[in-house]
Amino acid sequence: MDTGHAAWILTSASLVLMMTPALALFYGGMTRTKSVLNMMMMSFSAMGVVGVVYVLWGWSMSYGSEDVGGFFANPFELFGLSGVGGVDYISVAFQLTFAVLTAALISGALAERVKFSSWLVFLPLWVTLAYFPLAHMVWGGGFLSGSVDGLAAMIFGTTGSGADETATVAPIDYAGGTVVHINAGIAALILVLLIGKRRGFGKEPTRPGNLPLTMLGAGLLWFGWFGFNVGSYVDATGAEPISGGADGFVENSIAYATAFTGEVGLVWVNTAVAAAAAIIGWLVVEKLRDGKATSLGAASGIVAGLVAITPACGALSPIGSMILGVVAGALCALAVGLKFRFGYDDSLDVVGVHLVGGLVGTLGIGFLAVDGGLFYGDGIKLFVVQLAIALFAMLWSAVFTLIIGLAIKSVMGWRVSEEDEVEGIDLVEHGESAYDLASASGVARPTVAATLTTTPEGAKA
Amino acid sequence: MKLITAVIKPHKWEEVREALETFGITGMTVTEASGYGRQKGHTEVYRGAEYDVSLVPKIRVEIVTEDEDVKDVVDVVVKSASTGKIGDGKVWVVPVESVVRVRTGEKDEAAL
Repeated sequence: MDTGHAAWILTSASLVLMMTPALALFYGGMTRTKSVLNMMMMSFSAMGVVGVVYVLWGWSMSYGSEDVGGFFANPFELFGLSGVGGVDYISVAFQLTFAVLTAALISGALAERVKFSSWLVFLPLWVTLAYFPLAHMVWGGGFLSGSVDGLAAMIFGTTGSGADETATVAPIDYAGGTVVHINAGIAALILVLLIGKRRGFGKEPTRPGNLPLTMLGAGLLWFGWFGFNVGSYVDATGAEPISGGADGFVENSIAYATAFTGEVGLVWVNTAVAAAAAIIGWLVVEKLRDGKATSLGAASGIVAGLVAITPACGALSPIGSMILGVVAGALCALAVGLKFRFGYDDSLDVVGVHLVGGLVGTLGIGFLAVDGGLFYGDGIKLFVVQLAIALFAMLWSAVFTLIIGLAIKSVMGWRVSEEDEVEGIDLVEHGESAYDLASASGVARPTVAATLTTTPEGAKA
Repeated sequence: MKLITAVIKPHKWEEVREALETFGITGMTVTEASGYGRQKGHTEVYRGAEYDVSLVPKIRVEIVTEDEDVKDVVDVVVKSASTGKIGDGKVWVVPVESVVRVRTGEKDEAAL
């Protein structure tokens, strides 16, 4: 790593950390006014719990050297970051923010009905059994990477020899299509099937309480996503300016900088254009199906496009990213209706956006990758590998989420009482109200009487 | 004395207030209300899920006035609140038995 890259990763880590509060705004605006604080607290509590767990054993399980069957690494090897030093802290910082966000993503499916205590127990268990292992498998050189013992190597064999031996067709997941989005999306699906619907789902209106919050959240997510994707750049040259010693410093610096600057711009542009195209995709579907293009649709389109480009942002051309984005926007806009058809209460469409978008991105690579994609005449092999890692990630996430979900259900239960759910989870679980809306109880606000002719006390000073 | 109650469109409130002030009405009570008449509600669609929103936001203005002013005040309100479209609202008048000004204890017309 060189200093420029290090500075960019720390900047990216800060951007990605901001995505979790941004997600809280995005989700919070979509819930009813009686549930917005709980919704936002589910994200903020993920920052608390997962942030601590990551430092304790998350990093060790994901990136430790003591691999266990290719599935995870020894959680005690680097417990509490003991033995971690120097430049590794930069990677810890970046990866920590991913774990926090992924866990928080699930919460949107569970809106307005889950005990806060159950969520707090779920968080450390889920990142330990589902997230850290998948991060290890995909990015830590494990089962879903291009390693010699990996799934891709089993399917199409290996090339090279010795230390350079890798899978002939290596899977591509640049910033977390499988680890983050498919993982969170499947977990959301399993949990909503397990804990059931909100009272009145599909009958009573559950209109979003504050769409401007959602728009703000979507904007901040987009901003943070540049850290998420562009910060995921990994050097493949092996030219290490800092650890290269005095002899190789200049040569290594040039090689490193050339590779870095040659890739990050493309990743940024791909990320931007996929989200842009996805807004269009989502809004066109809405206009044709519902008659109007909505602000919630635009906000959702941004996220759908970003989800899809996450694994693909380093492998596609800008035009390919545009195609991926518009397809993701349109498909997710259609997919959010499935919950009503099948009767599962994925409240804020974590399945419809993150699972579907994650699959569009992960599988879309098989068609659109400039190097290896079907549309570029490179056959179906990459698609097969992408399909395989997606299926395995889904299976892993589903199994462990189900185990954790069932355990919590039998020991402490997931749901607040029916009475409390009607009363509003903010008041019951947190003892707070988001908005001082006296009108909610039938007493009118005085705001209408405020005219432009009155100025607040002290305004003249 | 009569109580005039007007339920009007929220965005017409400022015009109604100005017209009443020009006419010489010095006080009124205003509440945010919701309801519907012939206008009914409307439909909203969120991520493809359609909701019938039956209640429409309205402003409810209440004025107590002397009998001889009633017709004029109602005219002022109706004129200033009208857009000619469905959902403009309603104005109704009911008799008032007595009024007391809390600060001074003045009664009826003197309290208006």
